[in-house]
Amino acid sequence: MTSKSVTSFYEPEGRYRGILAWIFSTDHKRIGLLYLISILFFFFMAVSLGFLMRLKLIAPGFNLMRPQLYNAFFTLHGVIQIFLVVIPAIPTIFGNFFLPLQIGARDMAFPRINLLSWWLYLSGAIIVLLSLFTGGGPVDTGWTFYVPYSLRTTVNVPLAVFGVFILGLSSILTGVNLVTTTHRLRAPGMTWFRLPLFVWGIYATAWVQILATPVIGITLVLIIIERFFGVGVFDPSKGGDPILYQHLFWIYSHPAVYIMILPAMGVISEVIPVFSRKRIFGYKAIAFSSIAIASVGSLVWGHHMFVSGQSDVASIIFSLLTFLVAVPSAIKVFNWVATLYKGSIDLKPPLLFALTFIFLFSIGGLTGLFQGALAVNMHLHDTYWIVGHFHYIIFGGMGFGFFAALHYWFPKIFGRMVDGKRATWAWGILFIGFNLLYFPMLVLGWEGMPRRYYDYPPQFHTLNLISTIGSWILIAGLILMFVNLFHALSKGEKAGSNPWGGATLEWQVPSPPPKENFEKIPVVEKGPYEFR
Amino acid sequence: MWLFLLSEILLFGGLFILYSAYRYKNPVEFHLAAWELNRLLGTLNTLILLTSSLTMALSIYSIQKGNRKGSVSFLIATIFFGFLFLIIKSAEWAAKIGHGIYPNSPRLLGRSKGEVVFYGLYYSMTGLHGLHVLVGILVLSVMLFLMMKGKINENRSIPLENSGLYWHLVDIIWIFLFPLFYLIT
Repeated sequence: MTSKSVTSFYEPEGRYRGILAWIFSTDHKRIGLLYLISILFFFFMAVSLGFLMRLKLIAPGFNLMRPQLYNAFFTLHGVIQIFLVVIPAIPTIFGNFFLPLQIGARDMAFPRINLLSWWLYLSGAIIVLLSLFTGGGPVDTGWTFYVPYSLRTTVNVPLAVFGVFILGLSSILTGVNLVTTTHRLRAPGMTWFRLPLFVWGIYATAWVQILATPVIGITLVLIIIERFFGVGVFDPSKGGDPILYQHLFWIYSHPAVYIMILPAMGVISEVIPVFSRKRIFGYKAIAFSSIAIASVGSLVWGHHMFVSGQSDVASIIFSLLTFLVAVPSAIKVFNWVATLYKGSIDLKPPLLFALTFIFLFSIGGLTGLFQGALAVNMHLHDTYWIVGHFHYIIFGGMGFGFFAALHYWFPKIFGRMVDGKRATWAWGILFIGFNLLYFPMLVLGWEGMPRRYYDYPPQFHTLNLISTIGSWILIAGLILMFVNLFHALSKGEKAGSNPWGGATLEWQVPSPPPKENFEKIPVVEKGPYEFR
Repeated sequence: MWLFLLSEILLFGGLFILYSAYRYKNPVEFHLAAWELNRLLGTLNTLILLTSSLTMALSIYSIQKGNRKGSVSFLIATIFFGFLFLIIKSAEWAAKIGHGIYPNSPRLLGRSKGEVVFYGLYYSMTGLHGLHVLVGILVLSVMLFLMMKGKINENRSIPLENSGLYWHLVDIIWIFLFPLFYLIT
């Protein structure tokens, strides 16, 4: 321990040893890694479920599993991917790890609440998993838990819903922590407009987490109350109104889409300027469009309910707002492209993933406008088009943003470089597999194949076959990518403190960062993207 | 802490939305059902909870002035009022249940749907609020314990202040529940 500054946060410290030193650590970097491990675990679980579902759909009449099991599979795939993976992934892993580093803080504002969030996350996840094997068996309601079905089905709804409620609590606490940290712990000179755009993205997300999550909390509590006591607030036979459930559900769950995508957009805004060696174009526009997406995005939930029987006036307003929310998203896309323009582009894996994000997100966004139009929505509602659309947004957008972040920050987190060649191969396979898997779904939906159905008529066979083959290619790409990352953990060459030449604060400390992040809290004198 | 309280308000906000939507749909039934609730006990509980907020504020004030003894007794008074509120509330529930009006009861299901929903909301909202009072009492008891051990004093009163904020929130939610269920008839 001659020079304290190079002791990385991996070195044992504090009261505990071994695994206890991790699961009771309040260090934001260790908590970030705890999240990384747990989220990847659930990601693989949900991918396997998706793989089996696609395998079942390879041909009409193919009996891989019973219909009840299929229903449970798509529900679990949705619940795990959405509540356990996609919503928490970037804010909890990279937000935890890099937000304090990027604003020049030693830790989050409430380190112990941060640890509590992880414990809540884990307990919620375990409760959800427990619900599979207890009571009436795995949930089959779809991830939306729509009433009245979720009140009538014999499967173990209350426990699963309770698990999701706990996850929501964890999400709120993380949000509170991130907002407070951004407000209170910025280093001297780190003004709001010197914040890296990743911080802006996370900051906007954190607000949505705080404001929207309680609403789903109460909705889920009501389902539990309803299941146990039959109070009748959502039960039409007792005067309740199922449409109100849908409203309350989507008041959270649509903003949740922005909880998923905003942090990924933040990642892209980091990666693009670094790998085109140019200041980001339209910094303020990107920062404010994050806030705009977060606020307008909270007012568009009704576009999930165009055919549910809400009033026409409401539908028209929701449709209009839906088109409006496309504006800030497009602003971001144009700014990224403008940043690339005349930059000296270095096609490293993080940038490849980031560019793919733009491409896939644009498809996802534009298809979203189709179904946001009232008349077209009648045709597309609850078809495979929707499934294709939201996978383009969630997996193509958030997923690829997540992979970009993983490759971009890997050297900083683990102090090793990832093999670029293999990563590029993995990227290529993923890209092909992804489009083969999800593009046919758009066509299938347009032709009228409904989502969530157990089987389909023969005329849909070819496209379903292509889609299933795509899923195999995609999984091959995933395996290659993660094997490569895993390999780099021990075999990768050592990374310096700033392998990509980034200008944000996290690149000014050694890789992996020391326990206290900064020997001395830095004084910030320039913006995050001034490379010269 | 304020952000957490905001999220609590939104939690109840979902219920208030439900209440207003159903009231809009069933104005007459809500009128009839609300007429049946015991206004005397409701008012009494409002007074009790308001007083408890006063003693809570006084407790924080005393500790900041260095008056530990006063603070402890005000805190005990707050906890006492909290329990009193719960006792009256459960007496009220017990009376209703005694009349055969509880969720899924044959008597209630025999009534109009609007009234079923009214009582559904009544039990859910006051129940959830009661749960918050209970949590509040627990938190305040922990504070009392910490104060006895001297861990909360005039230099370190923020935990007590935050608990106080939480208590006031629980109070404020009741201030909205009370007119909605008991007074607007």
